[in-house]
Amino acid sequence: MATHENSRTPLIEVIKPGWLTTIQDLGRPGYQQYGMPVGGVMDRFAAIVANRLVGNPDQAAVLECTGQGPELLFQQDTYLAITGANFSPTLNGHAIALWHGINVRQGDRLAFGPRRLGFRCYLAIAGGFDVPVILGSRSTHCPSQTGGFNGRPLRAGDHLYHCALDQAIDTLVARRLPPRLCPSYSDSVTLRVILDSRRDFFHRCALTVLTNSTYTVAPQSDRTGYRLSGPPLARIEESRFISEGTVTGSLQVPPDGQPILLMVDRQTTGGYPPIATVISVDLPLAAQLGPGNTVCFVACSIAEAQALLRTQTHLLNAALPPLPAIRSTPSP
Amino acid sequence: MPTSAQEEALAPRRIIPMGDSAVTVEFGDSIDPTVNALVISYTKKIREQDWSGIVDVVPTFRSVTIHFDPLQWDMASLADHLRVLSCPCPSGTESSGTVHQIPVLYGGDYGPDLDEVAAWAGLEPSTVIRLHASVQYRVYMIGFSPGFPYLGLVPPQLTIPRLATPRPRVPAGSVGIADRQTGIYPIATPGGWRLIGRTPIPLYHRKGSTPFLLKPGDQVLFRPITQDEFERLSREVTDEYHRSQQ
Repeated sequence: MATHENSRTPLIEVIKPGWLTTIQDLGRPGYQQYGMPVGGVMDRFAAIVANRLVGNPDQAAVLECTGQGPELLFQQDTYLAITGANFSPTLNGHAIALWHGINVRQGDRLAFGPRRLGFRCYLAIAGGFDVPVILGSRSTHCPSQTGGFNGRPLRAGDHLYHCALDQAIDTLVARRLPPRLCPSYSDSVTLRVILDSRRDFFHRCALTVLTNSTYTVAPQSDRTGYRLSGPPLARIEESRFISEGTVTGSLQVPPDGQPILLMVDRQTTGGYPPIATVISVDLPLAAQLGPGNTVCFVACSIAEAQALLRTQTHLLNAALPPLPAIRSTPSP
Repeated sequence: MPTSAQEEALAPRRIIPMGDSAVTVEFGDSIDPTVNALVISYTKKIREQDWSGIVDVVPTFRSVTIHFDPLQWDMASLADHLRVLSCPCPSGTESSGTVHQIPVLYGGDYGPDLDEVAAWAGLEPSTVIRLHASVQYRVYMIGFSPGFPYLGLVPPQLTIPRLATPRPRVPAGSVGIADRQTGIYPIATPGGWRLIGRTPIPLYHRKGSTPFLLKPGDQVLFRPITQDEFERLSREVTDEYHRSQQ
C-alpha cells in the first residue's frame, strides 16, 4: 500500500482472510447527494462497544468479519476486543471471550472456529486500523473500490497497521461490557418497524400481511440489502413511484411483492416504494442475520423508536463512556 | 421577491417520515424541471441553516430526503422547521448549475444497443446519435452508484424500455438510455439501461480532490467523438491520474 511503504512494523499479518473481512468505521455520510453510499459497519452497536473496550473513539476503524472469522498473526503487542457474532474465537488455541478487552502479545495467533450465533463479528484493536481516510471515512466500499484496505476485502498476506495510541496499552485495564447489555442474537428475530405513512402504493392488506408473516433471508443478501422471501406484499398496480432517497432499514417492495431490507451499502436513491422502516435500535439485530434466518415485523411509533435509542445510548454510555472524536492524522 | 401566493404555491406538499432518523419532503409527483429546480433550491436552503444534527441532505427528482441524528431531533420539531422554511423561487430551470460537455463514442463495442434502439425507433443509428446529442440535459439527481447522473429528458422519439434482463456488468463510462432518461455508469456495475456509447471522462475519481464530476442541478451536453479522439482522451485521463498519484 503506497501510503505505508515505510519501516513501520505491521501490527497484524493476515494468515487467512475468512469469507469477507473488511475494514469499516461508522461510514461516510455527507456524500449521498453524489450517490456515494454511507456504508460503514453493519452492526453499529457491536462496533462501538468493541472500540470503547480498547479505549478508541467510536469512529475508529475495525474489522468486520462476515460468516466466518479470519486467522491473524500479531507482530506487535496490542489490546483487542471481539464483539458481535460468536465465531468461537481462540488465541493460540485457547477460547477467548466476546465483549471483553484482551491483551495480545507479539507472536500470538487469533483464529476462529464454528459460527454459533450472529453473522458479523467485529475486531477492534487499540488505536484503530490505519488506512487512508477517503471522503471522510476509512470504510471499505467494495463495489467502487473506495476506502478501507485498497478498496477491497482482506487477503492472505496483507499487513495491517494501527493508528498512534493516545494512551499506553498497559493503562487499559481489563474492560468488559456488562452481560445485561450484551445483545442476544437469534436465527429468528422480530424487528420493530415504522410503517410508511403514505397509502399510495400498497393495498391495505399489505400492511397486515407484513406484520403477520415470517420472512426468510434469501441467499442473495449482502451489505447492500437482504432479499426476503415470504407472503407477497400487494402493490397498487397503477400507482407510479418516482425514485427518491433511501434509508438504511427501509423495506422496499419490487413488483413481485417480495421485500428487500436495505442495509448500509444501499444505493442512496431507490425506485421501489418503501412499506416500512426498521427502527435504529433494531438495526444491529438485522445486521446479524444471515441467509436462511427468519424475521417478523411489528409496528412501532417514531416516538417510541427514538425513546428506545435514547435509553440504549444512555445505558451504554453509563457502562462504557464514549471517548473524544478521532484525530484524522495517521501515526508517524 | 416572490409574492405570498407564489410562496404558497411553492410550499412543500408532503412531509413523510422515513423511519426514526430521516424525513422526505415532496414537492411534486412528476419528473419536471421546475419541480426539480425547487428541490435543489430547497436543498441549498436547508444546508444554509447549518442545523446541528443534520447528517445528509439528498435531493432527488421531486423530493428531498433529510437524514438526521435521532438523538438530536424529534420528528415533529424537525417537520415544523422544514415546513416554515420558505423556499426561494428559482429564477429559471436552466440557469443554475455548471454546464458540462461530455465526449461520447457512440455505437460499436462501446454502444452495443445503438442499432437496437435505432430499429425500435425506426431511425438510422446516425439519427439516434444526432437526437441524443441535440439536447442539453438536466442532472435531476445522482444515485444508483457513486456519481451516476439521472439526466433528462431524452427526445420522445428515443423512448425505449429498460432491458428485460439487466446486464451483470456494464463497463465504466457507458452511456445508457431508459424511458425518457439517459445516464452514465461511473463504475462497472450491473445495469439494465440500453447502452449507446461510452465516455472516456471519469465521473467518479475516488482519490481526486473533486471526486465527483457532476452535481444535481448541473447541465450536460453530449459531444459525439471518433475512435481516435476516444483513445487520445483516454490516454490523457490515464496520464492525469498517474500525475495525481505522484
